[in-house]
Amino acid sequence: MGIALSRLLWEDGWGLSILRGSAVTVMVGVLGMGLGMMFGLLLAAAKWARVPVASQVVDVYTVIVRSVPGLLVVYLIFFGSVEFVARVGTFFGYADEFQSAYSFIVGVVSVGAIAAAYAAEVFRGALDAIHPGQIEAARAVGMQTRKLYTRIIGPQMFRYALPGISNVWQATIKDTSLVSVTGLAELIRVAYIGAGTTRQPLIFFVIAAVVFFVITLFSQAAFGLVERNLNRGVRAV
Amino acid sequence: MDVELIQRAIPVLLKGLATTLEIGLVAIVIGFPLGLGFALARLSSNRSLAAFALLYSMVFRGTPLLVQIFIIYFGLGQLQFLRDQTTFWWFFSDGFNCATLAITLNTAAYTSEILRGGLMGIPAGEIEAARACGMSNWLCFRRIRFPLAFRLALPAYTNEITVIVKESSLASTVTVLEITGLAKRLMSETFAVIEVFTLAGLLYLIVNFAVLLVMRSWLEPKLSMHRTASRPVFWFWPHRRRV
Repeated sequence: MGIALSRLLWEDGWGLSILRGSAVTVMVGVLGMGLGMMFGLLLAAAKWARVPVASQVVDVYTVIVRSVPGLLVVYLIFFGSVEFVARVGTFFGYADEFQSAYSFIVGVVSVGAIAAAYAAEVFRGALDAIHPGQIEAARAVGMQTRKLYTRIIGPQMFRYALPGISNVWQATIKDTSLVSVTGLAELIRVAYIGAGTTRQPLIFFVIAAVVFFVITLFSQAAFGLVERNLNRGVRAV
Repeated sequence: MDVELIQRAIPVLLKGLATTLEIGLVAIVIGFPLGLGFALARLSSNRSLAAFALLYSMVFRGTPLLVQIFIIYFGLGQLQFLRDQTTFWWFFSDGFNCATLAITLNTAAYTSEILRGGLMGIPAGEIEAARACGMSNWLCFRRIRFPLAFRLALPAYTNEITVIVKESSLASTVTVLEITGLAKRLMSETFAVIEVFTLAGLLYLIVNFAVLLVMRSWLEPKLSMHRTASRPVFWFWPHRRRV
């Protein structure tokens, strides 16, 4: 068992493929999460400030994305753009290069679109949790709007949002597995190919599961550290 | 918008709805008692039992459901002793069985965390009072601990049910044709992406809406009737994503 496994991973080169797939998974997760947090913050701000039409649009967006399976969202974005991208790629004569970059972009966009809907709710909750007195006090001492956001609202919002953001990240990294249906060579896809070629599916999928498990454990610890750091100076109840 | 195409897509997707509901129902009916068992194991004084339940919940919540489905569907067939058993082989060679099993085991892990929270939230005085009346462990569980824990955990469990409905879409990756699987097929055949997405999304919305309607405005108020004198309120679309 041990010898067979080491031969599979090192001599046949699957170890490297799995490593590369893991890197792609983490990259899709991190970029998608970044995208999701950026848009989530914008959506939350629109909702929080009660911008007339925008806040209703935000409501519709978050309700739809959160009540439909992630896989369906991935299919929507993938099939919705595949024809268009193929046409653009052929037009510029880079069809192949386009194709490989394309599934990566689809992955990041769909993971980001899902994360944005959940992150928006988290940020909105965090913004609502800031005591109005804080903002009044800042205004009373004559803070400009920009300083109010960077010194008062921003730091407190992030502290309140952190546990929720941690949850969104854990779900996002697992959502990257859905992108494998577009053919992007991330962890699950690599395991799928390896399972088919070597006819040893159990080993490959268990390895993929272990990698995911390590990622989630590691990020849980990392978020715990950040949370402790942000909450220093806050009296424990 | 192609009306003819929509007319063709609706009966197809409705057939998928039946499969989605079937997966969801099995996952709830088996997953709930299983989750309750794991929750009790987590809280038991037996160290190794508690450790096993903790490990189970960590593994199933720390890995994507897709990997769990693939391990059961593709992976278990590799084991020789399973292949030699005809019954097992019959069970595991079907995508529907494998996906449903994976979703059930997955939801059991999340359910155990939800119910554990409920069981830990019971005021100690209630259990002390039950003991003082001379209730046996089983009677105390049946009459005091479970009903109280269930009521505390119900909002979170409602959320879990809507998650199960959504997660059942992953069964489409192992040849099961439920809503998402059929939607994918329709999308790749007709390229009427927006129309198909809207229809399939609507079906999920209707199912989850019905779940929330029943749970939030019927079961939850019914179980805490002694508390709320006011009319039950329907919370519109509250679900959070579980982790």
